[in-house]
Amino acid sequence: MTDDVRDSEPKTADALDAERRHDGRRVGERDESAVRTAIRRELAGEAERSAVDQPTENAEPVIEMQDVSLAFDHPILEDISFVARKGETVCIVGESGTGKSTILKLILRLLIPDDGHVNILGQDITHLTFVEALKVRQRMGMVFQGAALFDSMSVLENIAYPLREHTDLSDDDIEQRVREKLEFVGLEPDRVMDQLPSELSGGMRKRVGVARGMADNPEIMLYDEPTSGLDPLTTGTITLLILKLQRELGVTSVVVSHDIRSVFRMATKVAVLNERRIVFFGTPEEMAASDDKYLRDFLGGY
Amino acid sequence: MPTPTFAERLSRATKAKALAVQSYFALAGRALGFIFVRPFYSQDLIQQMDEIGVKSLGIVLLTGFFTGMVLALQASVQLKTFGATMYIGRLVTGSMIRELGPVLAGLMVAGRVGSGIAAQLGSMRVTEQIDALNTLGTDPIKKLVTPRVLAALIMLPILTVINDFVGIVGGNLISTLLVGIPSGLYWRTVWEQIASGGFVFRYIPNDFVQGLIKPFVFGGIISISACYYGLNTTGGTEGVGQSTTRTVVLSSILILIVDYFLTQVLLSLLGA
Repeated sequence: MTDDVRDSEPKTADALDAERRHDGRRVGERDESAVRTAIRRELAGEAERSAVDQPTENAEPVIEMQDVSLAFDHPILEDISFVARKGETVCIVGESGTGKSTILKLILRLLIPDDGHVNILGQDITHLTFVEALKVRQRMGMVFQGAALFDSMSVLENIAYPLREHTDLSDDDIEQRVREKLEFVGLEPDRVMDQLPSELSGGMRKRVGVARGMADNPEIMLYDEPTSGLDPLTTGTITLLILKLQRELGVTSVVVSHDIRSVFRMATKVAVLNERRIVFFGTPEEMAASDDKYLRDFLGGY
Repeated sequence: MPTPTFAERLSRATKAKALAVQSYFALAGRALGFIFVRPFYSQDLIQQMDEIGVKSLGIVLLTGFFTGMVLALQASVQLKTFGATMYIGRLVTGSMIRELGPVLAGLMVAGRVGSGIAAQLGSMRVTEQIDALNTLGTDPIKKLVTPRVLAALIMLPILTVINDFVGIVGGNLISTLLVGIPSGLYWRTVWEQIASGGFVFRYIPNDFVQGLIKPFVFGGIISISACYYGLNTTGGTEGVGQSTTRTVVLSSILILIVDYFLTQVLLSLLGA
């Protein structure tokens, strides 16, 4: 990590710490003025945003897609190739309906490519059996667009789910872990743990989704439109949360988004998807500097 | 792309249907196979047995009771012309145990439980909860379908026995109160009917075998249809509605059709 990365870190930590310290008690969704001020500060300092992590060219590749093509009735993706190295955050952007979320499903092996290979943590997952695929999925955490919390289970049970499925932790240990994760995402465990997902606001549901995704300490986090449908300030908190996850735990992330603003804040690499293909793959700086017409148009909206 | 000809469309539609049937049976096979594979989701099984069995008790009691009563009423009118009203018990029992008990319980459960399962799994599909299960390393078929199918296979025969019994009691009520046949005689003819069908393994009445194999099969039809449509829901909340409707239609039709063929097979195997 370089110096300017460290410079930007205290600020982020501040924002999340402020949320904890406020009023001497942990605050929930309604009482976030301190966080919001911190985020406003952060957003104002957008200009001095430095690459979240300096390119880690020699780190080991964690997610690797090689010439992946997929078609159902009609072609969906063609010749998709990119690499996410350890600790990197790759953001996939593009217009709606260009198959962005499909890439996540390919990484999770919920879909199998017609052509090409998907390597996860050094393992080609294209030809795995269903059971082997479940094993690989355990090393990944996914945050769904609508959070996809199990609505018949409490917040506690939702976050505990992967732990109950795959670990032998005792109930006490599980609860401890759930508390830890809820605190990490900035929610008050005692207040939300026994609530049902339907009782939470959109932003809180997203955070519980993140907590569930990271419950089993995955090496890879995948986010499908983590900030869609949220107000700008909640968008800020979620973006900070993704950053925090990457910085503090060093997870490799793939974020599908069309929120260019937050993409520029968290991406190590950006992949732009257009007409079923990746038309650009590089750092945000390279993207901003590019004079490709499509990229300019795409950024024009920003 | 040129507009497809009629033959092309026909072949495409046929292929799609054949694929659907194939994946229906594949789902059934996997769901049943998982019954014997760890981990067992016993909590889910118990919850589903409660949902499918215990909570359906009310409607099953009600339909059984009234069906038995109306059977007795109709039988009394028909049998009066032959002066054979004392056989009301036989008629009610034969119809209830062999046909109406299983079929009516099946249809009621298809309406109440089948639609519920389809709606629940359908909503889980459209809100990505099924994908979430997959992502968290759980096979949704094992977690969601197997407990439901198993619960239906266990609970439907039990519901049917209750349905049969309540129906016969309903018949007893009408034949005693309206037709004037003493309860003792009624119950004796009930037993005569059961015994007249013959026995399997010397002690199990044929009627019971018929009456219990059917609901077992119907339980499978209802739960697998509901899970199939639920898991294959597309198109948001509207899709959930469609899945629900399709589940009830398909399982009701299948129950009636399968009932006929099953009866024929069972009759030829068991005789009479």
